[in-house]
Amino acid sequence: MNSATFIQHMLNSLTLGSLYALVAIGYTMVYGILRLINFAHSEMFMLGAYFVFWGITLANLPWPVAMVIAIVVTATLGIVVDQVAYRPLRDAPRISALISSIGVSFFLQNVAIVFFQAIPREVYRPQWLENPIIMGGVRVLPLTLFVPLLSLALMLGLIWIVYRTKAGLGMRAISKDIETSYLMGVPVNRIIALTFGIGSALAAASGIMWALRYPQLQPIMGTIPGFKAFIAAVFGGIGSIQGAVIGGLALGFIEIMTVAFFPDLAGYRDAFAFVLLIAVLMFKPTGLLGERLEDKV
Amino acid sequence: MRRGQTIILNLVAVLALGGFLWLAEGNFDGYKIQILNLIAINIILALSLNLIYGFTGLFSLGHAGFMAIGAYICSILIMTPDQKDMLFLLEPAYDWVQNAHAPFLVAVLAGGLVAAAIGALVGFPLLRLGDDYLGIATLGFAEIIRVLANNFPRLTNGALGFKGIPDYANLWWNFGWCLVTLYVIVRLLKSNTGNVLKAIRDDEAAARAMGVNVFRYKLLSFTVGAFFAGIGGALLASLLTTIDPKMFLFTLTFNILMIVVAGGLGSLSGTVMAGIGITVLLEWLRVVENPVDIFGYELPGVPGMRMVVFSLALIMIILFRREGLMGMRELHWQSLSKVFSRGRA
Repeated sequence: MNSATFIQHMLNSLTLGSLYALVAIGYTMVYGILRLINFAHSEMFMLGAYFVFWGITLANLPWPVAMVIAIVVTATLGIVVDQVAYRPLRDAPRISALISSIGVSFFLQNVAIVFFQAIPREVYRPQWLENPIIMGGVRVLPLTLFVPLLSLALMLGLIWIVYRTKAGLGMRAISKDIETSYLMGVPVNRIIALTFGIGSALAAASGIMWALRYPQLQPIMGTIPGFKAFIAAVFGGIGSIQGAVIGGLALGFIEIMTVAFFPDLAGYRDAFAFVLLIAVLMFKPTGLLGERLEDKV
Repeated sequence: MRRGQTIILNLVAVLALGGFLWLAEGNFDGYKIQILNLIAINIILALSLNLIYGFTGLFSLGHAGFMAIGAYICSILIMTPDQKDMLFLLEPAYDWVQNAHAPFLVAVLAGGLVAAAIGALVGFPLLRLGDDYLGIATLGFAEIIRVLANNFPRLTNGALGFKGIPDYANLWWNFGWCLVTLYVIVRLLKSNTGNVLKAIRDDEAAARAMGVNVFRYKLLSFTVGAFFAGIGGALLASLLTTIDPKMFLFTLTFNILMIVVAGGLGSLSGTVMAGIGITVLLEWLRVVENPVDIFGYELPGVPGMRMVVFSLALIMIILFRREGLMGMRELHWQSLSKVFSRGRA
């Protein structure tokens, strides 16, 4: 493999990895606060992409406007899902909320099948993303640069919110101890809603960029990236935002490089992440940057 | 109520079921018989998941994987070598796959046993994990099985799957296995082992402190559950006569989970009732997908609507009746006789 191809693969893994990372952040934030695997998160990924498609085809909006609107709508939807399906179950056994989230995931997926039909749809790509730039023998699509750069910007924005704003302080407080946070006057429900909003917005952004990269829309398109992103979150240490980013990038790298170096294994690519997951859980259940889990006695 | 009476009542119930099946076989049309068959298989699958999840507290989402194993093993064994000759288009089957042949009973048992063996094998590493992580890891296991089925054309015929699997699974086989499943799981739960499983579910740390080898019992429950999931998958393959990797998506596990949750985690009679109710409901909901004619005005059918209603039902159950139909209660002859005597008084 020559260096140009290698750089190509590196850029591809960066793109894929940052898409996983954006989704993984949503999983990790919700899990960090509520100890809930939000299965419906992968549907936010899918819906974000469909909303852009709608904005362009039905409302004739230009790309960037459609994208912003889709992200805002998806974020609102994420908050609604929390209010309707999870909030009434805050005091219930954790498994109830988990089953509720599986229900919501299937509900949204099937609503999408009803509204958008199950047939895959082509995605319109703006021309400026498709004209390749040639840099020292490496042919790069602007898309391959656009995705990691936008992801980076979003992640920096998120880190600013979590570490520099009052709401972020609240999030960190709730993830440490939800009961004490109530007592200390943290507006717990509002901050949980905000967390769902932010997580869903990032998932939508990821879904939209995914649809640009692999230009096809399907109601089930969120499922596999969703599982992989969750695995990335576990790999990095669930509850840790930095961990989710590292986990996402690592997973993208592993997936692209394995297929690049061992093309025979390409058919198994959707199973890599799960094998990795089981291996990680065996040897380091709390992931790379995860906190120690306490034994309940 | 004395033991003798219970046994007699159980026998009467089994005979009544037999009589009903005999009548159904003679009088019902093929569609209704198919629904009855699905009811029996769904009850087998839901009972096995309830053993793992409802009674032992192991959140397992890997049922579709075990079903796939049972389905493939059974199909390979009941198809004739000639049939397999025609079927394996992508690549010729391995010799042992090509030549394997067995009667239906043996094939179903083999499906269950292989599923159980693999269950024990993956249970070893996975059952050390806590609840959510176990759920995601078992889900991953099922997904790996599906990817393997897709990529082993010499064993599974790849994405094409199997067609023309002999349709041995009739009412008698399915309800027979359903009764066996119910019997085994009831006996297991009534024994001391059952008490230990429930103790682990309710408080694992306490059970461990009492000197229970928690891991061994978890593995036992998981393996027995996997066995019956394999049996259910095997019967389903022969009932539908066609299988492919796409069939064993997470949706399949979801349907079974729905039955267990609706019936009540930790209630076998609830599972049986929900198994009947939900299978019928799922079929009946096909109505919403067909065009409906109201006063000469035709409402178009909406494809996919069935699953929308179905998933909405799951959300409603978990929001408004978290414990399901029966909670942890059981329906048995004693409670029935109480109801009747109260009615008389």
